[in-house]
This record gives sequence, C-alpha cells and structure tokens, in this order.
Amino acid sequence: METFLQLTVTGLANGAILALAALGFVLVFKATSVINFAQGAFLLLGAYGMYFLVDTLGIHWAPALAIALVAAMAFGVGVERSVLRPMVGQPVIAVIMLTIGINEVIRSLVQVTWGTSPRRFPEFIPSGSVTMAGATVPIDRLWAIGIAGVVFGLFTLFFQRSKQGIAMRAVADDQQAALLQGISVRKVFAMSWGLAAVSAVIGGALVANIIGVSGGLVDYGLLVFAVVILGGLDSIPGALLGGAIIGLLISYTAGYVGGGLQQVVPYVLIVLILLIKPYGLFGQVRIERV
Amino acid sequence: MAAATGVYQTTYEGDLALRTTRIEHVRLVLALVVVAVLPFVLTPFWMTVANQIGIAIIGAIGLNILTGFTGQISLGQGGFLAVGAYTAAILSARMGVPFPLTLVAAMAMTALIGTLFGLPALRLKGLYLAIATLASQFVIIWVVRNWDVVTGGTESLVVPPATLFGYTLRGDFTWYWVIAAFAVVATLTATNLFRTGLGRAFVAIRDQDIAAEVIGVDPYRYKLLAFAISSAYVGLAGALLAHYRTIVTWERFTLDVSILYLAIIIVGGLGSVAGSIYGSVFMITLPALLQSLGRSLGGTFPQFQTRLPAIQLGVFGLVIILFLIFEPRGLARIWQRMKDYFRLWPFRY
Repeated sequence: METFLQLTVTGLANGAILALAALGFVLVFKATSVINFAQGAFLLLGAYGMYFLVDTLGIHWAPALAIALVAAMAFGVGVERSVLRPMVGQPVIAVIMLTIGINEVIRSLVQVTWGTSPRRFPEFIPSGSVTMAGATVPIDRLWAIGIAGVVFGLFTLFFQRSKQGIAMRAVADDQQAALLQGISVRKVFAMSWGLAAVSAVIGGALVANIIGVSGGLVDYGLLVFAVVILGGLDSIPGALLGGAIIGLLISYTAGYVGGGLQQVVPYVLIVLILLIKPYGLFGQVRIERV
Repeated sequence: MAAATGVYQTTYEGDLALRTTRIEHVRLVLALVVVAVLPFVLTPFWMTVANQIGIAIIGAIGLNILTGFTGQISLGQGGFLAVGAYTAAILSARMGVPFPLTLVAAMAMTALIGTLFGLPALRLKGLYLAIATLASQFVIIWVVRNWDVVTGGTESLVVPPATLFGYTLRGDFTWYWVIAAFAVVATLTATNLFRTGLGRAFVAIRDQDIAAEVIGVDPYRYKLLAFAISSAYVGLAGALLAHYRTIVTWERFTLDVSILYLAIIIVGGLGSVAGSIYGSVFMITLPALLQSLGRSLGGTFPQFQTRLPAIQLGVFGLVIILFLIFEPRGLARIWQRMKDYFRLWPFRY
C-alpha cells in the first residue's frame, strides 16, 4: 500500500509535467494543425531560462517566473512568425522536419551556453516530505500536481471566458468561418505558439525543481506523443488525463515490473492506440483513412 | 521538366535509356572518374567519411523510396538500420555465416520487420504514421538493449572481418570499393524501380491515394511493398555498417539517426534518387568539415573544439530549417535549376 501510494504520487507528479508539455503541444495542434516536435526543447529552454534568471542573475523566483513567461510568449510568437509562417500549406513531412530542426537548434544553443553537465536548480517549491497513510511522499511532487491543476484551470477559464480564448477555439473549429467573423487567424497562430512556450516554461520550472536541469529534459518532448495520442491530439482535457495515465503507467511499470520496461511501455501504448482508436480518448474524429 | 525539351527520340532504345544527351553521359563519366580517383587522394580521415557517405547513400535511397516516393513518413530508420546491422553481426559473429549471405539475410530480416512495423500505415497516414514509426524506433532499440542473449544488450558486439572471394576485407581503402559498388547497384536498381509499374504505383499512392485506388493500385499491398523494399535497402546499409565498423552498438541507431536520414532526403530532394546521393554527401560532409575546422582552430579557439558536438547539432538543425524555407525540394532541384540556367544561357527561358 505504501509503495502503491508513493508510486501514485510520483506518477501523478510526472504526469503533471507531461500534461503541461502536452498542453503546449495540443494548443499548437488545435489552432494550426502543426505537429510540434520541438515541445521538448521548449521545456528544456524554459528550465534553463528559469535557472539562468534565478541562479545566475539571482532574481527572486516570482519576478523571475513573470519575466520568463513574458519572454516565452515573445519567443513562441517569434518562432511562429519567422520559420513556421512559410510552412503554411506545405506537406506534413516538411512541417514535422521543420519543428525537428527547431528542436535541434534550441538543444544546440542550450548546450553551447550551459554545457552538458546537469545543474542543480535553486528550488523554490518547498522540499521535504510528509507522511500520508504510512507512505512518505515528497512535498514538491504534491506541489507539482497542484500547480499543474491550477494551470489547467486557468487555461480552461481562458478558453471559456476571454475573447482571445474564444477566438482561438473558433479558429480551431473552422478557420474560414473564423476569418469571416473578423478573427485574425494569423494572430491566433502566433498566440498559440506563444502559449505553448508559456506552458513549457511552467513545466520546465516544475521539472527543474523536482529533478534538476539537464539536457535529458528533451525526452519529455517524445513522451508527450504518448500523452497526446492517448488523450486525443486536439483535446485539452485529454492532455490532462493522458498525462496522468502515462505518468502513472510509467511509475507503476517501473515500480512493479522493472527491468527498464517503463522506457518502452509508452511507445507500445502509442502503437496499440493508433491501431485501435487512432483519435484517442477525446480527440475529434477526423482522421483520414485510406 | 525543362531539360527534356528538344530531346526527340527516334529509337526505342533511346526512349528506354537512362541518359540521352551527350552532356549527361559526360557528367556520368566525370562522376565515375571522381569516385574512382577519390581513394587515392583522400586522407585517412576523409576516407572514413567517404565510406560513411557510401553507406548513407544506400540507406537514404531506401528511406526515399518509402518517404519521398510513396509518401509514407518514417521516423524508424535508425531502428531498421539496427535490425540490419544486428542480423548481419549476429549471423557472422555467432554462426560464422559468410559475408555475402549475411547481407542477404539482413535485407530479408529488415524487410520482414519493416513490413511488420509498416502495418499501421494501412490505417494511418501523415503525422499519425510519423508517430507510429517513432514508436517503432523506440521499441526496436529497446528490444536490442534488453534481449541480451541474442544482441549482447548494451555491450558492443564484435563482428569478425568479412571475407569476399577468399579475400579479407580490411581497412578503409578496401571497403571503399565494396561500399561504392553496393552504392552504385543501389542507385541503379532504385532508378530503374521507378520506371516499372511497381515504382509508378508507389508514386501514385503518394500523389493521391484515393485516385490510385480508383485506377487499380491496391494501397494496402503497395504500401506494405514499399515498406518491404525500402527496409531491404536500409537493411543492406545496416549490414554493411556492421561489417565495415566491425563493432555494433545500439548507440549508433538512436532516433538521431532516423532524423539524420530524414534530413538527408529533405536536403537532397524528396522523391529523387540522385537527391539521396547529394543529400548524403552534403549532410555527412558538413559535420566532418566542422570537425576538421575545429581541429585546425583548436589552438586559437579551444571553445570551438569543446563545444563541437553542440555546434554540429545546431548547424544540422539550421540546415534543415533553411532548406525547408528556401528550397523544400532540396539540392536536386538546385542542381536542376543550375543545369537549366546554363542550358538556356544567355536567355532566361
């Protein structure tokens, strides 16, 4: 029971980070139909950016986070404007390879600037552990779950209530109809990339707190595919639920089965879902079959 | 295609020929001369690079058949290379199977595995297929790493030196000729493949799968065939890699390799056999150039040398982005435009 609880909290915390990374992915896919292989690099950049602000510059974490969020928004919009705009109407493979190219460039910039050795992040989330039902549970994991929940709540509010959010949903639903309503599709495209970078900064800050900063964070960008395929490529609740399921799956496999099986289970799951229910749990059914 | 204007065939043989004009023959002879002279002038470092390029050409042609000509995106290239390399390595290291047979076995085995992982392509396309093949990459590498009894797990597998017609293949110089011969055969077979009904069926599926089905091309059958044929080429490349390197480790077949091969065919030109060659030369030479630049600058800029892997990665990503934005049809298209320019010179068109 204790092991179970511990594995559950670890899995959910991991899932929370995955869900935040997946959120960025889903935002981009929903609005622009671009499959973003660079989400892992965004997360990496977010983590290193926070590290730079908090550790190197010595800024308190709260203003640092604010700066990082604004910078991320600008960065995401910049990426969309400069390299993704020319890709409108290009074949899928071109878009995929372009985001892979972005991924490699960001990874390289991070490596050139900060080297390859992992860094310890000056934690701002309280660490230590509490005892729950006989199991020792690290507090920072609980915080990660809570923060991810709040961020998802805020994003849901944004999409339900704000004018921008509703415009984004309209574009995701039907681009031409949205254009006719006077919504600037270009702005929405740029905005969705900006928000993707913003969610990556939050995810990056969390993951930096829990496991430290290293180049290995890019791997979250690949696990994201398991999350979004499970939850549905264009579903925000799907990202949350998918993140939790994948996080738990990895955690339980590592705890109960072991043998490194947890590294491959998400990918086996991808193949199975794609064969059985390709649009995931909540995805819109518009997959084209031959 | 502008180059064909003014070329009128009067014989069936002329119509069937791969090259028709005199300038095309001259270029072919020049290219062959360069290939024949290279090993006598290159330094040992560049000989290794040349051999890597030769192997990459075979693998890139394989991937181009699948992705460039049939339109099925594959991120599983690294895994398929691993299947070929490990099949060849295990057969020759543990069972003493002769070199040519290991190549055939590797091709067959990779074709089989490739077809198996191509099954999702029957239902999926575009980005869904990309993710499915991404998964296959991880599954294959995981199996390689964990099936210790057969693959040696994370330990490297040592391959005994290959012998061909009683002659032991050792050293870059000898291997150059073997690899070059296979690369030429791969190029010829692939070029001719797209002059047959089978190859045209692949192109039909890429251009419009529904229309292809209407004109009698069974998409299921031909997609699986594309996976099989493509994987056979990739398996050959993997097997050659295993024998040439004489050491096989899983680290040589990661996702980065899959991405490198996709970059090769995009930079070279999707749906162009010649493009696979240009792309391989470009994408393998570039990091090697950076490496030798780093060595010569090492004294004055030690930072460059220490950060070399990161810089190579960055240049790699940048090249992909720039090609996709400015010339998505790759080097093959640039070469075509250059030829047209000089053919029509001094007129613009």
